[in-house]
Amino acid sequence: MQAIDFVAPTSVDEAISALAAGDGKARPLSGGTDLIAQLQEGRLALDTVVDLKRIPELMAVSINTDGLKVGASVPCHAINHNQAIRDAYPALIDSTHLIGGTQIQGRASLGGNLCNSSPAADSIPNLIVHSVTCHIAGPNGRRTVPVEEFCTAPGRNVLGTGEFLVALEFPASPRNFGAAYLRFIPRNEMDIAVVGAGASVVLSADGNTIQSARVSIGAVAPTPLFVQAAGDALAGQPVSEETLTKAADLARDAARPISDMRGTIPQRKHLSGVLTQRALRIAIDRARGTKTVDELGRLNGNV
Amino acid sequence: MSKKIAVTTTLNGEETIFLCEPRQTLLEALRDNLGLIGSKEGCGNGNCGACNVLLDGVLVNSCLVLAPEIEGRTVVTIEGVAEDGELHPLQQKFLEHASLQCGICTPGFIVSAKALLDDNPVPSEHDVRLWLAGNLCRCTGYDKIVRAVLDVAEGDA
Repeated sequence: MQAIDFVAPTSVDEAISALAAGDGKARPLSGGTDLIAQLQEGRLALDTVVDLKRIPELMAVSINTDGLKVGASVPCHAINHNQAIRDAYPALIDSTHLIGGTQIQGRASLGGNLCNSSPAADSIPNLIVHSVTCHIAGPNGRRTVPVEEFCTAPGRNVLGTGEFLVALEFPASPRNFGAAYLRFIPRNEMDIAVVGAGASVVLSADGNTIQSARVSIGAVAPTPLFVQAAGDALAGQPVSEETLTKAADLARDAARPISDMRGTIPQRKHLSGVLTQRALRIAIDRARGTKTVDELGRLNGNV
Repeated sequence: MSKKIAVTTTLNGEETIFLCEPRQTLLEALRDNLGLIGSKEGCGNGNCGACNVLLDGVLVNSCLVLAPEIEGRTVVTIEGVAEDGELHPLQQKFLEHASLQCGICTPGFIVSAKALLDDNPVPSEHDVRLWLAGNLCRCTGYDKIVRAVLDVAEGDA
């Protein structure tokens, strides 16, 4: 078995140096739920693991009137137990409660879920409908990328050699904002999405008109899809089943899935519409302040 | 053979120093380097939960932790669950309810259930089943395990 080195830098600059020294064969480590499994299976050619969890910026959570900033290595467990996040961004918990089981959530991070760049990743459609900005550091300095532009192909993303994700920045939620993420799996827990759908809305003060909306679907294309057409079709429209059906049709049209062991093309197309419509209904209920979730802020993932 | 790393950790309440290779998992270090063979390797990729331990009080798969990561951290394994030679109530109830047959999954279930009761002392049956969804048992089935955990919780209530 190939030997590797392990380093645990304590600052972003040290991490940049450690990754640069690896000459493309150094990989950043957060929760390790993807990386270590792939390492054990011999699927990774790497010579250095750079543990990012000793860097304060990557483990920090800050929430204030400007929004929410989550360090890239913060585990789902810490997000699930953060009351301020649960109050201000309840839809985020839809994803952090769905990624793996309890012990996976003890380690797995939103940043790692994004950087693993699976088309079926349960957090990415949710990040997209929350208009998240990705903060990236690397040998050429820092830059930001809108999350919907982050993934480029299955397992691939915009990170260049030596670059890594530092934090995810959520804008402050406007008044009357609501969001939701749903996935379909054939069992209750611990599975990979056949289809996932995220939705967010901003409603008028009376709660009857959709001022703006965002829709994103997962596991139906090489990358999680931002369905801008669906959001555009909802903007300025009254809240009605007819409006939501139109958005669902646009999401179904945008889906370009494959058939595999988890589902067929027709099933996934159909689910894209159904889940989009249901996620929109929950997002609208949340924007109106109607209770649709259990005491943990959790939706039933198996809809 | 790569250079070995010295790791200092608090393991089951005692400061422990051990040598490991950088790519060894915590599970491998516990079993092969430290002789703590209570944690089991079922799948080795985070699906089965047989290797679960508490890392700084948080439930994790030890097969998905690199051993050098635990420098300065606190680890509790199944060997640290019983105190002063007395079985933990969960261990006692697993025996009373016959919640095990081959026993490979049992250490993981006990550690997971302990983490649950630390987090939520009075869980519902749904809470127990959801929390334990990442622990797989291939012979006993789950009912006896869930009953044992609920029995401990009700005893505390």
